[in-house]
Amino acid sequence: MWRIQPAWRKPLRCFGIKPEALLTAFVALAALISSVPRATSAEPAPLTWGADATSGAPYVFDNPANPALVIGFETDIIEAVARRLHRPSRFVQNRWDNLIPGLERGLYDVAIDGIEITPEHQAVVDFSIPYYTTFEQLVVRKETPGVTTLDDLAGLKVGTLKATLAQRILDKAGTMKVFTYDEQLNVYADLQNGRLDAVLLDAPIALYYATPYPDLRFVGDPIALIRYGIAVPKGRTDLLSQIDAALADIRDSGELRGILERWKLWNPLMAAELNDSRPSHAQPTEFNAFMAATALKLGWRAVLERYLGFLPLIGRGALITLGLSILSMALAIALGLLLALARVYAPRPFSSLAAGYIEVMRGTPLLIQILFVYYGLPNIGLKLDPFVAGVLALGFNYAAYEAENYRAGLQAVPRGQMEAAIALNLTRVQSLRYVIVPQAIRIVLPTMTNDFISLLKDSSLVSVITMVELTQTYLQLSTTYYDYFGTGLMVAAVYLVMGLPFVRLARWTERRFEVDMHPGGARRRGAVPFLRKGITP
Amino acid sequence: MTTTTDPPFIAVESLCKSFGDTLVLQNVSFGMKQGDLVSIIGASGCGKSTLLRCLNFLEVPDSGKISIGGIALSRSGPEQPFDQEMEALANTLRSTVGMVFQNLNLFPHKTVLENITLAPMVVKRASRNRAEAEAMALLEKVGLQDFAKRYPMNLSGGQAQRAAIARALAMAPQVMLYDEPTSALDPALVDEVLQVMHDLDREGMTQIVVTHEMRFARSASDYIIFMEAGQIIEISDADELFQNPRDERTRQFLKHFPR
Repeated sequence: MWRIQPAWRKPLRCFGIKPEALLTAFVALAALISSVPRATSAEPAPLTWGADATSGAPYVFDNPANPALVIGFETDIIEAVARRLHRPSRFVQNRWDNLIPGLERGLYDVAIDGIEITPEHQAVVDFSIPYYTTFEQLVVRKETPGVTTLDDLAGLKVGTLKATLAQRILDKAGTMKVFTYDEQLNVYADLQNGRLDAVLLDAPIALYYATPYPDLRFVGDPIALIRYGIAVPKGRTDLLSQIDAALADIRDSGELRGILERWKLWNPLMAAELNDSRPSHAQPTEFNAFMAATALKLGWRAVLERYLGFLPLIGRGALITLGLSILSMALAIALGLLLALARVYAPRPFSSLAAGYIEVMRGTPLLIQILFVYYGLPNIGLKLDPFVAGVLALGFNYAAYEAENYRAGLQAVPRGQMEAAIALNLTRVQSLRYVIVPQAIRIVLPTMTNDFISLLKDSSLVSVITMVELTQTYLQLSTTYYDYFGTGLMVAAVYLVMGLPFVRLARWTERRFEVDMHPGGARRRGAVPFLRKGITP
Repeated sequence: MTTTTDPPFIAVESLCKSFGDTLVLQNVSFGMKQGDLVSIIGASGCGKSTLLRCLNFLEVPDSGKISIGGIALSRSGPEQPFDQEMEALANTLRSTVGMVFQNLNLFPHKTVLENITLAPMVVKRASRNRAEAEAMALLEKVGLQDFAKRYPMNLSGGQAQRAAIARALAMAPQVMLYDEPTSALDPALVDEVLQVMHDLDREGMTQIVVTHEMRFARSASDYIIFMEAGQIIEISDADELFQNPRDERTRQFLKHFPR
């Protein structure tokens, strides 16, 4: 199978409003999110199924004609299964790499997304009876002569997807130069434009992603044998037998053949397996619809319509990204300030603890922290909602960077300021609150803005814990439509637009504080009208 | 030196303080009456600033006794913990003392007026109106009534130091301490600060000034303390110290200053 890995950005640092207010808001929101009422009606609990809608056609993917819908031949199959179990079905998005960990963690009842029945997989999950059998398909350019078997590939440049059965096959043969990709779209594009000589991938992928290229040709006999099954957590024997019974019924009633034919996936292997050699009669309606919707050449009106259709999805992703970022930043600011104060002003054990926290959080990858909070903490009985887990992980991580930023800011305030405040009989806490921290904030503000903007982008990492935020939305849309360009520009623009208000806010506060503290500097910038207004009582 | 039989208003007895292995104050004792202006002079590093900072507990003395206006705090030695009880006592003592620093320690993010009203509003919970009215009166006293809305960056050094005096006075101290209040100023700005201290002296404020301004020390002080190497070498009437120093070390020090 294939996997899609967004390029992990290096974890970075962050922004300031009233920490208490933001913290309150954060706690309230977290409480709200975790208190969303669970279904309690008499209706049977839905059969929840995990899949990765970014992994592409024809498995489980966003409907190109209506991106708000998840479709695919496996979507059809699992829904048929749910119907037979008399349960509604509910899709849960998760990255393909994490489908099996998510299953073990209980995020969904079953996982179905081109998961091959292999001994490695069987060691961790149970599989239903196979619902589809396919093979690895070799694809070359039309003018490439004489390639029909793996042996003919010696010395050639062959592309495939990372961590797939096809890659293992190629590596084992060892006679060709293997290039591995994250994205099926790019493999066939590179084959078309001559960067590759051949591509070996699962036949359904070849069918959906190589067919649109007129210069490509399917060659050779089926290589290897792949069986897909529905993955069920170990020990759920009752569920497994129900699913097996349902699948058997779907298969025997002819419904499976109907689904596969609509997706143009009915193949001789299936015919042999099902002992059903009748000629194909149904139209591949779903396949045709996909080809039509994703056709590379479209009129500008259709393109525009398509992009307009993306807006609700992108908007939803953007809201999640923004909410996640603002809440994590609030947490990072509050916790960072505490850590910085502890580091600079607290007695020994506390300052060392704060220093230790900062070192650990800065010294370990954010990605691992996110995975740890979400998938690791349940081991000690702490099961968090993905949104809450994302906010906590991002907030705790950025708090370390904020703390260092604030520490520098606090230390940049001359020591005499503290002494002057103490001499005026202010307590230490009052001195910090009225004298030191307000001055430090002015110093750290530009860095905090930077940090917030990088947090906005780092928040895409939470896609690993099933959150469909803006970057994940981009991946889903672009893989569905072969369109990294237009969708990319749209999503980039949204990120930019989300960051801009904060940049402007920071510039404004910076200028305003500068006016307060250095009126001469403000005059040089011609900001005189600001001067009088900027003075606070 | 105090010659009255009344108990002195400020009494310092056997004060000792060291930073690490360096003994900064060795058995320092002196007393002063209410309304006195005392100057402390001596070479840099002689411990005069530390002595001043001990008086409002910016430095905690290792041992000795400090009493101001009848409230006394004593410590037997560095091994005696400076516990909460002592901390509370130190805070009480500190509240009777105002301090002006050498470096211009106004709060740069606050206007002159806000600098002055902060402590009364935060510490004494004074209403804004009252704190501002009192602050304006104090600014008038130091000649800065027109500068209330300015930020410290917009003041000359002399103005800033006068504002700092007004800020300290806003807490209604019984004693004012000055740690080289004019050393960081242009010579042309020194007099306006000294004038304010003169005025306060006339009004009966008890003041202790660590200074290098020998002219001021001589003309304004009731008496002068000369320190060297953490010890008080000589306490004398101002004129007498300058004209007739009793100790050879005092003589050596004063040699550097033209009469």
